[in-house]
This record gives sequence, structure tokens and C-alpha cells, in this order.
Amino acid sequence: MVLALSLCLLLSSLNPATDVIAKDAPNDDGNEIILTWARSDNPTVISYRVLRQTEGEAKWDTVGVAGRLASRFADDEVQNGIRYHYKVLAVSETETAESAISEYAVSSPQWFDLDRLSALIGTIIFTCLIVFFINRAKRHAEKLFIRRIAGLDAVEEALGRATEMGRGILYVPGLSSIDDVATIASMNILGEVAKKTAKFGTPLIVPLRDPIVYTVAREVVRESYTTAGRADSFNQDMVFYVTDQQFAFAAAVDGIMTREKPATNFFIGMFWAESLILAETGASTGAIQIAGTDAVSQLPFFITACDYTLIGEELYAASAYLSREPLLLGAIKGQDYSKLLILAFIIIGTILALAAGLPVQDIF
Amino acid sequence: MSADPWTWIAAILTLAVFSFLYKENPFYRFAEHLFVGVANGYAITFYWHRVLVPSLINPVASGEKLWLIAVAVIGALYFTRFIPKISWLVRIPIAVMLGYFSGAYIPRAIDAQILQQLRATIVTRSMFGNWQFGLWAVIIALGVIATITYFFFSAEQKGILKPVSRIGIIFIMVGFGASFGYTVMARISLFIGRLQFLLGDWLGLIH
Repeated sequence: MVLALSLCLLLSSLNPATDVIAKDAPNDDGNEIILTWARSDNPTVISYRVLRQTEGEAKWDTVGVAGRLASRFADDEVQNGIRYHYKVLAVSETETAESAISEYAVSSPQWFDLDRLSALIGTIIFTCLIVFFINRAKRHAEKLFIRRIAGLDAVEEALGRATEMGRGILYVPGLSSIDDVATIASMNILGEVAKKTAKFGTPLIVPLRDPIVYTVAREVVRESYTTAGRADSFNQDMVFYVTDQQFAFAAAVDGIMTREKPATNFFIGMFWAESLILAETGASTGAIQIAGTDAVSQLPFFITACDYTLIGEELYAASAYLSREPLLLGAIKGQDYSKLLILAFIIIGTILALAAGLPVQDIF
Repeated sequence: MSADPWTWIAAILTLAVFSFLYKENPFYRFAEHLFVGVANGYAITFYWHRVLVPSLINPVASGEKLWLIAVAVIGALYFTRFIPKISWLVRIPIAVMLGYFSGAYIPRAIDAQILQQLRATIVTRSMFGNWQFGLWAVIIALGVIATITYFFFSAEQKGILKPVSRIGIIFIMVGFGASFGYTVMARISLFIGRLQFLLGDWLGLIH
């Protein structure tokens, strides 16, 4: 009888989690301790309850519950500089088993996130390449070759057509904010387009969705008119804010296209679901349409409904090609050589990974 | 048919917008201007109640974050464009915005859009555990190489660059075709939603 009871107890006793280790979470801004443990080998465990004790205090607080397959818990409710230790309670339907108490752990913030070291090295390499080529472009801009992009030939043609027809040019620099790279590239192209409209005396219409982009675009157009020696032709109403609401903006631009009937429509920048609405309406008015965006999901619509489309990075290259400014030319050259580096990494990395089985992916 | 006046207003405005499919007309023009006006009114209210009051006015009024006053002053410089003599000051907040976002965006973009993509593109032995997975990994790697070659602007697309770029543009167009079909499907479902509203909620012809 005693033997049977002992055997029964032995069979039903729950093994606790083992190897409970508490450590400061690495590469973070503090206030987090990571707890790891080896799971109980008992199949009846349904969860693990994590208990924490602050140094100098008697009570244990439950700080979280992890599932039966978990062996890790992040306690993000700790204060930096205070010592804590932990224990893990394996819980089954009928009983619990307590692990040994972990060593003390202290949370602290780190200055550098070493997980992002590859991003830092990548940023330094790309920046160095761009700075190098910008300096080179400043000295020998004429020697830096950038191939002609098909869509750019259309810009001159479209501007000439608008001038001949005595109709305006509509320029929509996307719907995104100024932090978007496409918007910044669009501002560069707007500057070049505005210089030409100033030179030819072609009316320019620039409706905007973002208040900050509006301010920037207005400055860009004003500066272009001044550079072209036609500051007197700059009319502040040619650049105007419409609305922040995406589809209200699309409705307004549709209305402008059908009423003003510009000879040329530029849709250059970041666009979302309104892209097809704008491009289709513009096509129905008979305007030449030149689009450019790095929004992959919207490019198909522009390719379908516009005469010329600058695809993705062609948008950035276009602004450099048009302006021939050393800063932009150097940036494009720097990006090109960065692409060569990327290609080299992919090809050499794949060869090394396949031929020698090296863990090349871990470099990144 | 609905007895709710708001449903009627929504239905009439929907029809006014749809009338643009025939041609630009006064009904569309009315709906367009109403939409822009309502959107602007909503945006002003939204920014006041959801941005300015909780993120600036309340923290400053309670004395918790007085440094926000400096940020507000920089932001207020946007309004100097209304005063020609000091309108050049508008360049200060523009410079702050561009500087901040460039710094915040570039490292993130290099990590997420270059390094992580690079990592996922490299073909490894483990990918051939399943031959189909391995085949797709090789096709993806070839597509990435060809597409990057297409976007190389420092050389004319001649010699070896020409066929590789050609393959690149084929990959790009296949991707665009898939994206086009997918989005058109989504747009059709939006249109169906509007029709359900008109025929169901408004006219009561479908249930």
C-alpha cells in the first residue's frame, strides 16, 4: 500500500523548469530583462508562471505567464539599475513546481544597438560612395555619364506641346509628405519643369495635398521662376493647397483636369489608390501624361494610362539628368556603384553559400 | 426604399460623383467642392482635437513638456510665408523637417529595403530541401540581378547589359501585371459595395 502510494506520488509529481537565467536585454534602451529556462519534461504542464523579486524585498510578484512550449520571457516592467531575481513556476491542472531562483539581473540601456551594425556599415559605405561621387561631379560634372531615360525625352516634347497649344501644365507631386524620397525627387523635377514653364510663359498648375509639401513646392517654383529671370511671372496661385483627404484631393484634381484641360499632366511622386483615377481622367482629356513613382503597386496603373512612366529609381535619375546638378549627379553615380556592390554580394554570396555552405546570410 | 434622409444624401452624392463617368457636370462639381470643403473642415477639427491639444497644448499647459514651446515656435515659422519681409524664415522648419526625416529614414531604409532583401535573395543550400522552394529562390535571385541591372544608369544598355536589362524589364512587367490584376479585383469589390448601398440600403431592391 505504502509502496503503491509512493509510486503514485512519484508518477504525478511535476518536474520544475531548470536552468533559469535572467539577463539584461541586449541592444535596447533599458527597462527590460530577458528570462530563459529549460522546459519541464513533464507533459502535463500547461503554462509557466514567471515570478520576480526585487532585491531587499520579501514578496514575489507574478510578472507574466508563458505557454507550455515557451522557454523565454521578456520582463519589460523593470527599472534600470535595480537588481531582480526570478523563478519559474511550472503549472499543471492539479499542481505547481517551483524552479531554482535565478542569479540577480540588472537592466541597463545601451548606447549602441549592435544588431544594427550591418546597417551602420551599409550606411557608411553608401554615404562614402555618394560623397565621393558628389565631389567628383563638382570638379568634372561633364565627365559623369548617365544614360538617357526614355520618359525624359517626353518632358521637353510635352512642354513644347503645351506652349504651342497655349494651354497649361498640371504637375501633381504625389500625395505623400516631404519625408518621402519620391516627394523630394519630385520637387527637383518640379524645379526643372517650372524653369521651362517660366521660360516659355506656359501656365503651371500645382495642386497639393500636404501642407508642408505645399510650402516647399511654392518655394521651389518661386526659385525656378527667379532663376529663369521671370520672377515677375510667378503667380502664387499657381501652387495651391487643396485638401488633406486622399479622395477629395483626387476628385478636385479630376475636376481641374476636365475644366482647365491642361495639355500635359505630370504625376510624379508618391501615389496610392487615387493613381488610376487621376491617370484615367487625364487620359480622357487628351493630355500627354508623364508619370513617375516608386510606389510599386501603383506603377501598373500609370504604365497603362500614361504616355510615359518613370519606373521607380528612374524617377530619382530623372531629376539628376534634367538638372545636371553635381549634388544629384553624384548621388545617382554613388547609388549606381552601390548597386554594383549589392550585385557582387548576391552573386559571390550565393556562390559561397552553395559551394562551401558558408552562412553568408548571417553577415547581414 | 429608405426613409433615412442621410441615406438619401449619401445616395444622391454617390450618383453625383458617378455622373462624372458621363462627363464633367454641375452635379459632379457640387459633390467635388462639397467633398473638398468637408474634408478640410474635418482635417482642421481632427488636427486640433487629436494632434495639437493632446500633443502640444495639454503637455505645455500642465508644465510637463515646456520644451515643446520651442518646437511649436519652429513649426509656427511656416506661417511667416504670409509676411513677405520675413518669409525666408519658412526655410527653417523645412530644413528641420528634411534633416530629421532624412536621418530617421535612411538607416531604416538601408536596413529594411537593402540589407534584409539582400539576405533573403542569397540562395543557400538549405533552400533546396524542397526542390520547388529552391527553384523559386533561384528565379528570385535571377530576377533581382536582372532588375538591378535595368536600373543601372551609369552605362548604356549595350553588350551584356542589354539582354540582362531586357530580362529585368520582363520580370518588372510580370510583377506589375500581377499587381494590376489584384488591384482591379479590389476596385471592383469597392464598386460592388457602392452598388449594394444604392440598390440595397437606398432603394431596397436587394436584401
